[in-house]
Amino acid sequence: MASEVAKRISAPAAAARVLTGSHFMLGDHACAEGAMAAGLSFFAGYPITPSTEVAEHLASRLPAVGGRFVQMEDELASIAAIIGASAAGARSFTATSGPGFSLMMENIGLAAMMELPVVIVNVQRASPSTGLPTMVGQSDILQARWGSHGDYGIIAYCPASPQECFELTIAAFNAADQYRVPAFILMDEVVGHMAERVVIPEASKIPHVPRKGPRTAPGAGRFLPYAPDADLVPPIAHAGDGYKVHMTGLTHDERGYPLQTAEAHDGLVNRLVDKVRLNAADIVDFEEHLVDDADTIVVAYGCTSRSARSAVDQARAEGLRVGMLRPKTIWPFPEERVRRILGIGKVKRFIVPEINLGQLRREIERLTQLPTLGLNHAGGAMLKPAAILEKIKS
Amino acid sequence: MSTTQEQAAAIIHPFDHLMRADRLPHIMCAGCGIGTVIHGYARAISESGIDPDKHVCVSGIGCSGRAAGYVNVDSYHTTHGRALPFALGIAVHNPELTVTVISGDGDLVAIGGNHFIHAARRNANLNVICINNFNYGMTGGQVGPTTPVGAIGTTAPQGAIEQPFNLPHLAKAAGASFVARWTILHVRQFMDAVLRSMQKNGFCFTEVLSPCPTSFGRRNKLGEGLDEVELYRQRCRIENGAENLEELGIDIVDHEQTITLGNFVDIERPSFLS
Amino acid sequence: MTSAGNLVRKPMDLDQAGVAEGRVHVINERCKECSYCIVYCPAEVLVYSEEINSKGYHYPIVAEGKESACVLCKFCDLICPEFAIYTTDAGGEGEET
Repeated sequence: MASEVAKRISAPAAAARVLTGSHFMLGDHACAEGAMAAGLSFFAGYPITPSTEVAEHLASRLPAVGGRFVQMEDELASIAAIIGASAAGARSFTATSGPGFSLMMENIGLAAMMELPVVIVNVQRASPSTGLPTMVGQSDILQARWGSHGDYGIIAYCPASPQECFELTIAAFNAADQYRVPAFILMDEVVGHMAERVVIPEASKIPHVPRKGPRTAPGAGRFLPYAPDADLVPPIAHAGDGYKVHMTGLTHDERGYPLQTAEAHDGLVNRLVDKVRLNAADIVDFEEHLVDDADTIVVAYGCTSRSARSAVDQARAEGLRVGMLRPKTIWPFPEERVRRILGIGKVKRFIVPEINLGQLRREIERLTQLPTLGLNHAGGAMLKPAAILEKIKS
Repeated sequence: MSTTQEQAAAIIHPFDHLMRADRLPHIMCAGCGIGTVIHGYARAISESGIDPDKHVCVSGIGCSGRAAGYVNVDSYHTTHGRALPFALGIAVHNPELTVTVISGDGDLVAIGGNHFIHAARRNANLNVICINNFNYGMTGGQVGPTTPVGAIGTTAPQGAIEQPFNLPHLAKAAGASFVARWTILHVRQFMDAVLRSMQKNGFCFTEVLSPCPTSFGRRNKLGEGLDEVELYRQRCRIENGAENLEELGIDIVDHEQTITLGNFVDIERPSFLS
Repeated sequence: MTSAGNLVRKPMDLDQAGVAEGRVHVINERCKECSYCIVYCPAEVLVYSEEINSKGYHYPIVAEGKESACVLCKFCDLICPEFAIYTTDAGGEGEET
């Protein structure tokens, strides 16, 4: 009987939200555990290689702690459902790869426009189109930033290890809530499908940045759902809290009501972008390795950064002054850090190895105005340390 | 404001507290039935015995989709076709909320078609009101999935040639546990159907036929809104509990064909994730 | 539409039963002249005004001689798409819902 099956499934198994301890864990699973530790309460998704493991892991973990897990009929439904759940107060989450990511784009714009926090994991695979479903890619970097129509601000993380999958997922939930933006975790298939040591701390040590709520009680004066504070982020009221909010994808005023003027639009859209841009210093996360005296700097992220690190260390051993910048937030890109390095005056060129045909390279070229070499592969294989070393020496 | 306007502004409708009255009059055309649907929904909220703070309205895109902007409950005007999964996210995360989706025919079963059949299949606890005006009104009168064969639309100037959906049949087949069809003329029956939906667990679907004098009515020589409502009055018959839903499709163009209205399905089956 | 005089069979308590009486209130500025209230009023209480509102629509007014004709069926109230008309009990107690 379906109802008996349903009862069995929903009976919670004893489980802790935070699996404190040391684990040998798949990147996809570590990401799921990061979401659990961050307080995930709603997951809606659709199976797609190589992200399916995230959903499968949460299918048992999430209901066991009283959260809701739904497999939706497609990715369009998945993104819509997590935005709706967020409107009702949930920390919500979905996991996908390239083709599903493309399907989600319209509603990513809705989340940005309604300023409803959501976290989206894209475990990148070789693209475009169906591509190589089971093999690595890093070619959705620009799409994460610009994929939906229009201008808006987002935050995106690039983990390079299962440990970072855990940590940066938590960071993504906090950033999404703090700035009321869609936040992305741009894993790649190698990081998602590799297993490595993941240390999960005590629950009390997990950083948690909650959403700003209204400062007045419901009914005590008019609550304006889109009146920003000094940080450009408005406090949020959720469905059922009694504030009778209206949210729309149309250009709107501080009451949330449609206001269809060019002036209102320019003001609103600039604030959506500025929310991230002007707060970037608090958001960016990156790793610098031997950059201060380097004349060549390698910029790498995700699985490629592991090969790059190897190549950089090998080059140093051979006497070359090479350094590495590894963005953990790919958006906003740590521009100030790059400017600081330029300010030292030693760097002469940048090398950007990536498993795409030059997506981050364009950003570095634009920022630095210095010779920027790419080392590119369209997808399906990691870039090897030897190839990066050869490029460094070229 | 003129004196007349000031005097008029001083009178408020007893249901204004359920509306975002500062936004009235709404943008719907003269004779459009969407306002009547919003009115019936607002009354159903009042009669439901459920705290209005716990009512949520989610709409899609189109003239019907603008309904969410006028009701004074937590309301979300989302993207085209995606109101149902958005609403499902709200309802599943917080089962204490009474979530109603107001959507048009194109929004719900063309671009939203996949979400419609799956939400019904899952018996998601949602109250769905589909305002069927037989075309895409807001964009100027294109044909849609419920446009009767032979009816004129801007994208079918010689007349629609595709068979339209029979919405109650589709909803029942997909698994809805409440299915009804009314028109905006049948104000009390429609309101009672929405009320029943609010009090009932599961996927509840009410189709409401509405005039669209500006787009559909004008192109199909149906006259003003009043003329189309008269058409309903003359050609509709009520058969509550009708079982042969597959035979109850609508043909506005064929002046002989009866349009069957009623509360057709009202069953109990477990609701998704409740 | 029948009046009490045309009944084929009279209820035995007809002289004790009363017909409700309503008072019609119109919010002129909201009206868009869809005509539903005027056409569907069972007691034909309403007619188009001579004046127009600021949008150019002729809103409904109570016809001369029909001031006591409203039977409080509330159909105009329920069908109005614009929340532009409602009725109250002529006893002055107002609507309960």
